Amino acid sequence: MYLSLSDRPTTSTGAEPRSTGGRVSRTVVTLGIVSLLTDISSESVSAILPLYLTAVVGLSPVAYGLIDGLYQGVSSLVRIAAGWAADRTDRPQPVALAGYAMSAVARLGLIFAGGFGTISAAISLDRVGKGVRTAPRDAMIAASSDPAHLGRSFGVHRALDTIGATLGPLLAFVILWRIADGYDTVLVVSLGFAVLGVATMAFFVPFRTGAVRRISPRREPRAKVRWRTALTPGLVRVTGVSGVLALLTVGDGFVYLALLETGGFAAQWFPVLYVGTNVAYLALAVPMGRLADRVGRTRVLVLGHLPLAAAYLCAATGSGALWTTCAAVLLLGVFYAATDGTLAAVAGQLVPETVRASGIATAQTAVALARLVAATGFGLLWYAVGPRVAMLAVCVVLLAAIPAGLTVLRRAVR
Amino acid sequence: MTTSWVKHRTTIFGAVVVLVTAGVTAYALSAIAENDRRTSTATDATTTSLTQIEQGPRILFRHTGQDADYGHVGAVALTEPGGARALTGLSCDRVYAQAGSVSCLATERGVVSRFRATDLSTSTPGKRWREVDETDLPGMPSRTRISPDGTLVSSTVFVNGDSYMVSGFSTRTVIRRIGGASYGDLEKFRLVVDGRRVAPVDRNIWGITFADDDRTFYATVATGGRTYLARGDLTERSLTTIADHVECPSLSPDGTRIAFKEADADGTRWTPAVLDLATGKRTVLAGETHSIDDQIEWLDDDTVLYGLERESEPVSDVWALDTSATATPRVLIPEASSPAVLR
Repeated sequence: MYLSLSDRPTTSTGAEPRSTGGRVSRTVVTLGIVSLLTDISSESVSAILPLYLTAVVGLSPVAYGLIDGLYQGVSSLVRIAAGWAADRTDRPQPVALAGYAMSAVARLGLIFAGGFGTISAAISLDRVGKGVRTAPRDAMIAASSDPAHLGRSFGVHRALDTIGATLGPLLAFVILWRIADGYDTVLVVSLGFAVLGVATMAFFVPFRTGAVRRISPRREPRAKVRWRTALTPGLVRVTGVSGVLALLTVGDGFVYLALLETGGFAAQWFPVLYVGTNVAYLALAVPMGRLADRVGRTRVLVLGHLPLAAAYLCAATGSGALWTTCAAVLLLGVFYAATDGTLAAVAGQLVPETVRASGIATAQTAVALARLVAATGFGLLWYAVGPRVAMLAVCVVLLAAIPAGLTVLRRAVR
Repeated sequence: MTTSWVKHRTTIFGAVVVLVTAGVTAYALSAIAENDRRTSTATDATTTSLTQIEQGPRILFRHTGQDADYGHVGAVALTEPGGARALTGLSCDRVYAQAGSVSCLATERGVVSRFRATDLSTSTPGKRWREVDETDLPGMPSRTRISPDGTLVSSTVFVNGDSYMVSGFSTRTVIRRIGGASYGDLEKFRLVVDGRRVAPVDRNIWGITFADDDRTFYATVATGGRTYLARGDLTERSLTTIADHVECPSLSPDGTRIAFKEADADGTRWTPAVLDLATGKRTVLAGETHSIDDQIEWLDDDTVLYGLERESEPVSDVWALDTSATATPRVLIPEASSPAVLR
């Protein structure tokens, strides 16, 4: 079930030569560093945002809940539009750059924001920025990589990205530990990293990265880029299977809460679990990408949900033993390492080059929305039957869905 | 893309890096210096000894002056609340006290911040407070109250499902017997909303206030985007809503009225208000034009107290307000929050 690449349409005319053979493309590494800097920026703010909003700005939990909803919803909505814009203009670089710049401006806004309105505006802008940049950036990664090593390229990018996501909260807490109520300092430092990310993107990722059409001195009439073109049978199947599997992905928060309920750890260690998952993710992102390149990316994408099922099992059966907590935390990291970058790699390969960003955006949006549904639905189940039964139930359905997903995708990409 | 751009981009990028790094470092260093200066300055307020204050009725509070005593528990005489204050070494985010018991909710900052509830006993005036009980809290301190006889303590914390995939931000409220067993998470209590038994997923419960019969309490229950005033019963482990649109209730000393904060249409600004339990009559204390975010405390049967942050600096003051619609608030204790009246 290895992806067949023979039917890929046009030849590549990307501005940067693709990497061939052993080395990871410089563009991929540069994009990874941009993500690292940006994630230090965004995750250091995310880590202190609840404290900052309630303790300093003085919002109640209800008002904060509204902001949090905004946070989740906005990003996925703009993603498809941005993917299409990148394809339409045939310039993913400036579209992605605009996304990074929006988030940097949002940081600046947050420093001066005082009330509910300005803060929600700043946070929405940040999320819009994240939605805008994701698909064009992944399209650039795909365009700059040797197709045979695509999984590894995404692995390298995601590993760098996750290093940033791990360092961000640590940095924030070091600042708050040294400066009591040093929220302003966290925001300023965060802005600094955001600006460095934007500068790296602007200066070291060439303008034409990921462009498909040849540059001609005269303007030639452009074929209209339609989003529908991206909905190839292969992409529809991968999106469908990933969407269904995402409906059974209840979120790390619930796994951690279930471990908390069974007494696996004390409540104050909650943030450390995220660090644990992140460390496993960043350590395994590259090996998993390589594995995907060797044994088939769709296979790894689907089978990558096995560690998720195992994590559910740990959370459901854990009797407070420390090892079940550690195992669940690490298994979640394995799951992300196997599926997150792989999804973008698979989606980017199943559509014509001219609509690559749209194709990646479609699959990612479906997964993001399905996970939101899953989190809400699982919340209901949790209260109805309790954490253990709910976890076991999702685990069993997931184990049944994995072979079904494999079958569907085998037909799709053969 | 011209060659000169390629040639100079490293130089320009280097300049950006240097500028950003210098700017951020300068800001951080000045913040550290300011922080150290603040935490080493002695307080401007007139001080006295705790023994002196504990002779009579008093108000306990959290000192909010930007000085070495920031966050420490203080006390003033009830007869002279603007006068000399006694400061203790006890550091709390929220503090409350009744009848010889003190509840202190505190944050221990670190790479992993820890949150802790400490119960103390003040039974002998002038003697050092004795630690009775200590429990870990699952999130950031928000509210704490003690029953009038000093035997029950409640705590509300914000629990946030942190980081990327998870959404949601909720409260967790527990009631414990001081030095004894916990009644557990109040979300597990039987809940009756508008006469119907319900078990909604999105329920949040916060802001406890105790009656004096050792079993009745009042709380805010939020579900489906609405907030209710609920009467709770510790013996039956139940919560029953009795009014709508009430947050952070506080029972008056005579047990007849509930002071609370009322949200505006957006749910982002709150005004103090009073509800008569027998008649259901509401009085919005519109004399307070600032949005308040505190659980109100009663100074006496006709006056409420609450902490309010200043507009220009991160310092709170405790304000007093008569419970009539036209009354205007006044500062009762400067540089203070979390007031608790010990009559």
